[in-house]
Amino acid sequence: MLTLSAVAAEAPRPQPKSGIEYAGGDVRALQADDFGNPGMLWVARGEKLWSAPAGRSGKSCAGCHRDAPTTMKGVATRYPRRDVGGGELLNLEGRINQCREQRQGADVLRYESEELLALTAYVAHQSRGMPVNVEINDANRVNFERGRDTYYRRQGQMNLACTHCHEQNAGRKLLADTISEGHGNAYPVYRLEWQSAGSLHRRLRACFFGVRAEQPAAGSAELVDLELYLASRARGLQVETPGVRR
Amino acid sequence: MLFAAMAGHAVAATPALVPYRIEGDAIPASLAPDPGDPLRGRELISGRDGNCLLCHAVAETGVRFMGDIAPPLSGVGARLSEGQLRLRIVDSSRLNPETVMPSYYKVDGLVRVAPAWRGKPVLTAQQIEDVIVYLKTLK
Ligand code: HEC
Ligand code: HEC
Ligand code: HEC
Repeated sequence: MLTLSAVAAEAPRPQPKSGIEYAGGDVRALQADDFGNPGMLWVARGEKLWSAPAGRSGKSCAGCHRDAPTTMKGVATRYPRRDVGGGELLNLEGRINQCREQRQGADVLRYESEELLALTAYVAHQSRGMPVNVEINDANRVNFERGRDTYYRRQGQMNLACTHCHEQNAGRKLLADTISEGHGNAYPVYRLEWQSAGSLHRRLRACFFGVRAEQPAAGSAELVDLELYLASRARGLQVETPGVRR
Repeated sequence: MLFAAMAGHAVAATPALVPYRIEGDAIPASLAPDPGDPLRGRELISGRDGNCLLCHAVAETGVRFMGDIAPPLSGVGARLSEGQLRLRIVDSSRLNPETVMPSYYKVDGLVRVAPAWRGKPVLTAQQIEDVIVYLKTLK
């Protein structure tokens, strides 16, 4: 797989296309309508949580960050991101939990909990319409490379890598699903099949399950590295949170 | 040519698997003692176990949603012999190392297989024979 990933890393890729462009008309209409888009419920919950005091500090997110539409604008376009002073690579969920733990003195929120989905959706929503713009630099290059290796590694009983579906067969049908390029720019999304909002890691775990591979835990370093690699592929696509998917 | 290099090549038996012999681009001998059952084969290709319709269309099944990653299998029974079908289902990667088609009768060389499937081929030897007999009816 090494040679394949080396070649693919250098070959120029055409402008990426968002998952929503591969979706059916009904799903597209639902995502485009802020009153009909069920994902907006999570954004609204996030807005409430933003000003709710939590933890030993008794502070709310707003207590430090003030007005999210101003202070959180563009933040999601730069994630996953590594702290300036080092530390681990964090996606938005990880960063929010870091503030919970270290700044609010509160418990970390469970991955896929309503609260974490709501806060993540609310923060990411403040970047809606702005282009994904992660930077690959010396601080995160190892993460990027690990993510890329995962992307091109065949795995599971079906022995397939991400590239086989999302790069080689985008636009084709896998049973009833139109395969997209596998970008994360709309997450968290409301998925009709889940009847709920869900994180990017939940979706990624579904893809691991689909090829009958071991599923890394949501929030695990392996999935955050993969998320960084996906974000680098999605550079230039607009953040669409909250997306809608079937 | 890849096929020629593989002529007469015997595949070592993994404990769980029946050994088989590749000749040219085919596995001529059946993997199972009993003949295949085309009705079971038809169920397998559209059901969760085989799931061939994820990627292939087979008009004869009348199933509503089918994939188009791979060539339609209609008429495949006229194009390919039983032995040729057997190798393509058992281990397509022997004909095309870059293939997207999973190997349905192989357990080694796979990474990070989920515990529920580890050490097991996707289909049993008997199920492969069932699928072959069904595909041979597609003419
Ligand atoms: C006590 C103050 C405080 C509270 C309360 C707090 N944060 Fe933070 N937060 C910070 C500071 C300081 C930073 C910047 C850290 C850095 O850049 O090293 C930060 C950074 C962030 C970032 C990353 C911004 C960027 O540009 O990368 C996000 C997102 C964030 N906080 C979300 C939240 C959320 C959501 C809450 C409520 C659950 C919250 N914060 C509560 C102080 C706080
Ligand atoms: C067997 C084919 C297959 C493989 C292999 C696969 N996926 Fe997927 N993936 C799908 C399908 C089908 C969907 C749902 C339709 C869509 O959005 O592409 C999907 C959805 C996604 C999405 C959501 C896209 C969106 O816009 O909502 C992401 C991200 C994704 N996959 C990433 C991955 C990654 C990363 C890997 C490798 C670890 C992977 N997939 C492996 C088939 C696959
Ligand atoms: C993940 C996608 C995928 C699945 C699932 C799949 N195939 Fe395939 N199959 C392919 C591709 C792609 C080819 C084309 C040859 C190649 O690329 O190696 C192929 C080729 C074939 C061929 C040769 C066709 C010809 O005309 O030469 C046969 C026969 C076949 N598949 C049978 C099956 C059967 C039976 C199943 C289910 C047990 C199945 N396939 C499941 C992707 C798939």
